Amino acid sequence: MSEPLRGVIVSHAAVAQALLAAVAAITGVRDALVPVSNDGCDTGALAERLNQAIDNKPAVLFVDLPGGSCLTSSVRLARGKTDVAVVTGVNLAMLLDFVFHRDLPPGDAARRAAEAGSRAIRTPAA
Amino acid sequence: MSIALYRIDDRLIHGQVVVGWGKPLNVGFIVLVDDAVRASTWEQELYRMGVPPDIEVVFASTEEASERLPQWESDGRVGILVAGDIGTLAALTANRHRVSRVNVGGLHHRPGRSERLRYVYLSDAEAVQLKTLAARGVEVTAQDVPTAAPVPLEDFT
Repeated sequence: MSEPLRGVIVSHAAVAQALLAAVAAITGVRDALVPVSNDGCDTGALAERLNQAIDNKPAVLFVDLPGGSCLTSSVRLARGKTDVAVVTGVNLAMLLDFVFHRDLPPGDAARRAAEAGSRAIRTPAA
Repeated sequence: MSIALYRIDDRLIHGQVVVGWGKPLNVGFIVLVDDAVRASTWEQELYRMGVPPDIEVVFASTEEASERLPQWESDGRVGILVAGDIGTLAALTANRHRVSRVNVGGLHHRPGRSERLRYVYLSDAEAVQLKTLAARGVEVTAQDVPTAAPVPLEDFT
């Protein structure tokens, strides 16, 4: 069996680190996700952080916003690579789903995570 | 209205520009002046993704921006002009244009630069570039978001 997918959370400030801690607290899984913050980075420095986080392994990049430096750097890095996929609008629900489906191809894992994340957004009656 | 903010920011169009400044200024258009992005439709789509559809995004080379600046300055909407480096903004403030204020919004760490503010790293040559701008009568301040106080040039160079 090939190595499980790596998830890289790419965010502003400490969002990525906080999501990682929440996933670990809920699931006990601590080795599936890597946090990357854009703090203090220009595009070159952020690209370097992303490359280190991916480490030439198959990965899904979970980006906080559908625009901005986190997204542009992630999409540039994933461009032309079949083993790296990008999802925007990262939330806890999609990460919880992802850590248990890391055996999928990156594109499939990204689509599945996006669907799980979307399903978690609701407006329940209070 | 006209261009309300001339910004130097190496992240170009991102959250601070679109949301942080764009919302309170109620911007109608953003001009991104960058020769490399101007030459790549793929890069342009990437930057356009982060901007709501009601805000027009204009991509221009430095040369095009220099020509079109009077047109943007007389636009009925509020605009933001963003460039990724000091030299590009300096080129736009030269000659006939009346750019009175420049906002240093984000220049991050890279070799040869030292920290001047949390979000401003400059080489000595870049500090001189900013001082030269100021000597031409341009008010240069650093301010990442509108809720922060602007930092005068002499306090970060």
